[in-house]
Amino acid sequence: MPDFQIKKNSKTYDVCIVGSGAGGGMAAYTLANAGIKVVLLEAGPMYDPKKNITQLKWPYDSPRRGASTDLRQFGDFDAAYGGWSIDGEPYTHKDGTEFDWFRSRMLGGRTNHWGRISLRFGEKDFKHKSIDGLGDDWPIGYEDVKPYYDKVDRLVGVFGSIENMPNEPDGIFLPPPKPRLMDLFFKQAGARLGIPVIPSRLSILTKPLENNKNRGSCFFCAQCNRGCSVYADFSSSSVLVNPALATGNVDVIPDAMAREVMTNDQGLATGVSYVNKDDMQEYVVNAKIVVLAASACESARILLNSRSTRHSNGLANSSNIVGKYLHDSTGASMGGIMPKLLGRKRYNEDGVGGMHVYTPWWLDNKKLDFPRGYHIEFGGGMGMPGFGYGFGMQNSNGKYPGRDGKMKAAGGYGASLKDDYRYFYGATFGMSGRGEAIAREDNYCEIDPTTVDKFGIPVLRFHYKWSDYEIKQAKHMKETFAEMIDKMGGVVTSGKDGPENNYGLLAPGRIIHEVGTTRMGNDPKKSAFNKFNQAHDCKNLFVVDGGPFVSQADKNPTWTILALSMRASEYMIDQIKKQNLS
Amino acid sequence: MDRRKYLKTLAAGSVGAGLLLQCKPDQKEQAPAVAKDLNYDRTPEELAREKALMSAKFFDDHEMKTIAALSDIIIPKDDVSGSATDAGVPDFIEFIVKDKPGYQTPLRGGIKWLDLQCMRRFDADFVSCNHEQQIEIIDEIAYPEKAKPEMLAGVAFFNTMRDLTACGFFTSKIGLADLGYMGNRPNQWNGVPQDVLDQYGLQYDARTLEISVKFDS
Repeated sequence: MPDFQIKKNSKTYDVCIVGSGAGGGMAAYTLANAGIKVVLLEAGPMYDPKKNITQLKWPYDSPRRGASTDLRQFGDFDAAYGGWSIDGEPYTHKDGTEFDWFRSRMLGGRTNHWGRISLRFGEKDFKHKSIDGLGDDWPIGYEDVKPYYDKVDRLVGVFGSIENMPNEPDGIFLPPPKPRLMDLFFKQAGARLGIPVIPSRLSILTKPLENNKNRGSCFFCAQCNRGCSVYADFSSSSVLVNPALATGNVDVIPDAMAREVMTNDQGLATGVSYVNKDDMQEYVVNAKIVVLAASACESARILLNSRSTRHSNGLANSSNIVGKYLHDSTGASMGGIMPKLLGRKRYNEDGVGGMHVYTPWWLDNKKLDFPRGYHIEFGGGMGMPGFGYGFGMQNSNGKYPGRDGKMKAAGGYGASLKDDYRYFYGATFGMSGRGEAIAREDNYCEIDPTTVDKFGIPVLRFHYKWSDYEIKQAKHMKETFAEMIDKMGGVVTSGKDGPENNYGLLAPGRIIHEVGTTRMGNDPKKSAFNKFNQAHDCKNLFVVDGGPFVSQADKNPTWTILALSMRASEYMIDQIKKQNLS
Repeated sequence: MDRRKYLKTLAAGSVGAGLLLQCKPDQKEQAPAVAKDLNYDRTPEELAREKALMSAKFFDDHEMKTIAALSDIIIPKDDVSGSATDAGVPDFIEFIVKDKPGYQTPLRGGIKWLDLQCMRRFDADFVSCNHEQQIEIIDEIAYPEKAKPEMLAGVAFFNTMRDLTACGFFTSKIGLADLGYMGNRPNQWNGVPQDVLDQYGLQYDARTLEISVKFDS
């Protein structure tokens, strides 16, 4: 027998899902509850926020005081393993362009660290080409997705407020938490400038969820990014995968790095080949339907690596569109200080794990020099100190009068300096814009023919450039932030950027909202998947992550991934009953 | 130790600085940090790394003494709380430079820069100087906007020491208590306390009060 062999699992599942994040978790949950036998491949280890605990730990529990590391790039207490770079799993770039790809290989994927910002796309977001002529319209509209948003709201839980704003659909909301102190100043500035500042919409249970005994409600520790040990926030592991496992219809295979989708002579999917990271052996698992939910870029990578005589260009890629139209949210930020909050009174200001208020897009692009909007995320106040706390005091303590009303020299040491840290604590804040980029064919990922990862799988190569649209949007963000900071009586301390660095517009990928690589549409020449997330070229193949998005909206994509994955899964259930997929 | 001999040890690098300490037999070699049990989620890769970091030693005893002296000058004991060394700041700095190697050269080199300044001026390294001598030199590097150009290397070093000392202190148990951080415990967030709203002339509007989460208790 040769040293190298491919091991085949003799069992044939109804469905093989690749990836256990928002899309894969929802597909597993929906299918398993319909009695369908599912195998769920996850490229990382099992993870459960009830067992893998970082919540309620103190900064001194970490020898690095919560600083980030290569293995946990959002900080030592963050729930998400991995980050922008993973040892042995490179990606490359073309023509000197930039794209930073965040990967979290673990059960639940990137739902383990996200901000729980749970926004519905609005009517315009599905039909933006009809409005401004750019990009493409989706093959579906808000009315198609609304019933699924409603179901996701009820199943997962989200707080918010009824606002009746155009293009910002209200949901079925739990009550929001009251604004923090800094939020009241944001609201004040917004009121003076005509900028709405409304309760945020986060998937955190401020009240117990009806008919759900598995999940507790929020106890306001502000640490959703660490994973919630009482499951009071949404992460795919606690809210979807665990209940799916409880049906008895799901087998999870952890540490299974998908290589390609296997197909037969008819061109139909027959299963998935993967590398087991523990023994580094090759395996194949058979299934009647294959569902990719490995993330927009990873699913595109799997498809492009799935070449066969019937699919010589990669699977589901006769349109040559897989990997193209990659787009991430735009992002730019500004930081400031509120001199009137120096020496502020102490109380527990933690609140929920994220912003309590935000600004949805409020302007008419017809009157602006860029298309598409952005929302603003706010934060600041008396958070838990961690690594980096107090850095750069010499840039602050010479600029504002002290408790005695007197100015002093910047920097220093000793008792006077020690008191400065107390005096400045809780007086700083930040605001960040997250906007919609235009999906463009020439922003893409493709297979780098010269490079493989440690599993021998050809890696992705990115080509991505921001256009003037996104740069002008970032400029507008900065102008808005500066105006708001001025109106609230604050002082800008960071993020004063200009044309020399595209107004602080972050590199593509940094907002971790990448979508569009396997976009849906009615025309098989211009899209890879149909309006039910089903491949035009291969009827028993689906993608349920952010890949099928036609455009990104100025909304975080998770809620729409969940809604579309549920919708695609219900379609699959229907098609299985009608025996249309074999 | 005389100045010529000290300059020789400077040239010999950190091993030399270690030898320097052997001149004082009463100084005990510091035991390497022992990997303590970490009480939060660690992957196998992380555990292996933490153990390796905790069993390694970067600063020699002279450097650690200098860091301890500097950190207590930056954050001394006062009527609210203890000093930086009371809060374990030197151990934190020893760990963080192993974890973030970008700090190693600026701190090691900064200590040498400081010692050389002190040797030239006072014929003693920084920790061997008396308090007045130490403060004389610190005053020249602690105020970036007033510092002379030839002291800028020291300013950069002291800025880094100030950052790491303050961070290590205020993320320690006694530092968090000093700062008055009151979170990281289960509670019910029911808004900004009324006296704080009053202080800033703010109030929650009626609609906010109506729609926000309320608690039974």
